[in-house]
Amino acid sequence: MSLSPHGGRLISVGTFVSSPEKSKELAENSTVNVSNETRVQMFNISTGILSPLTGFIGKADYENVLDNMRLSDDTPWTIPILLHVPESFSAGGGDEITLVDDLGKAVGVLEFEELFSISKKEYAKKVFGTEDGAHPGVAKTMASSDRVVAGKLKSVIRFDKGNFENFTLSPKETRVLFKEKGWKDVIAFQTRNAPHIGHEYVQKTGLAFADGIFINPVLGRKKSGDFTDEVILDTYQVLVKNYYPKNSVVLSVLHYEMQYAGPKEAIMHAIMRKNFGCTHIAIGRDHAGVGSYYGPYAAHEIFKEFPDLGIQAVFFREFFYCNKCAGIANEKICPHPESDRLTFSGTKLRKMFLSGETPPKEFMRPEVSQIILKSKTPFIE
Amino acid sequence: MPQATTQSKYTTVSIPVTLHDRIEKMIIKKSGFKSVSDYVTYVLREVVAMHETKDVPEPFTSTDVEEIKARLKALGYL
Repeated sequence: MSLSPHGGRLISVGTFVSSPEKSKELAENSTVNVSNETRVQMFNISTGILSPLTGFIGKADYENVLDNMRLSDDTPWTIPILLHVPESFSAGGGDEITLVDDLGKAVGVLEFEELFSISKKEYAKKVFGTEDGAHPGVAKTMASSDRVVAGKLKSVIRFDKGNFENFTLSPKETRVLFKEKGWKDVIAFQTRNAPHIGHEYVQKTGLAFADGIFINPVLGRKKSGDFTDEVILDTYQVLVKNYYPKNSVVLSVLHYEMQYAGPKEAIMHAIMRKNFGCTHIAIGRDHAGVGSYYGPYAAHEIFKEFPDLGIQAVFFREFFYCNKCAGIANEKICPHPESDRLTFSGTKLRKMFLSGETPPKEFMRPEVSQIILKSKTPFIE
Repeated sequence: MPQATTQSKYTTVSIPVTLHDRIEKMIIKKSGFKSVSDYVTYVLREVVAMHETKDVPEPFTSTDVEEIKARLKALGYL
């Protein structure tokens, strides 16, 4: 027996191999060009990471997600997974649609169910809580088509994970892995950063009560100034090797494009980790946020709306190094003023690295700093 | 049988008036819930989810497990 996947079943979509015969067969269908982000979503649907979704959602689910943060069968869900199509697109009930990449290669087959229009402004307001075009999620939404297709994914081509094949595990694989390790309580840690001491402290606090930690960095398009995927993975490898007890960590990547939807995205992060078989997820300060669009602990508050989420969120305040405490602390346990505190600011870190400076060891492990300093391009431009 | 109202988004179920009043008194004292309906919905979702997730079979077969273990070993996870 195991932790139930979200919505009660782990989805698995078959794969097909690209061949001239298959291409000929699929050429008879109408086609839709899909972005890299959509390809990543197809991969995540096909492996069960986005269970219980079997494809791109329809109008009833869409409206219920926006209005009630639930699919139309009441399953918690906070961000619609949509397939945008051009205005001119048309298809009939039961048709098969071939999904093609930028080069025109077939990457998936969708069973058409429905074509409908969305209000991008409404989407932005209800998902991101703002219509401000400076918000990266809003900007992406406004640049997309307002026509969307719903349908079930029938098959997908094998997803190319680039250099990260060996660090990509499916929910079936992580579930077997946790079981083999004898882990019952598994805490997930979502990250899009190279680890500083504050991150390590959160992870180890979680590890103090859990049997194991699932460190699951997000790889994929992020915003300018974020660490590159290679640096994130390399730094985590060196951190786990040097500073974690053996057999206490599973390090595996999540192919996913950040939405920067703050609290609503925190729920999606939890759902995906539940599907991987995690019982808990660490939620820190301004989880999945950007700029000052969300309150620092808005992502903590939203979990109160979901007594049936099926994964327990563990909330953390922001950690810092306190000179007077002579160690890592947070505002709940440290009585000293801000002048005694060294905060783990990403902006400060970036500046130090760009000027070739090594951060103090109270801020970042030297092994981690060295990897970043040695990298020619540690940050996304 | 529950009666559907407002475009089938909500329905009515009967609970004893005494229980309704007890909940109402409690939520007035303790903040967090706007109405008895909100409270009942919250509690029911929690309870229903608990029943739904009980004794869920593993989402893989024994053949899957052997193949998965072989890959995990090859990758150094096991």
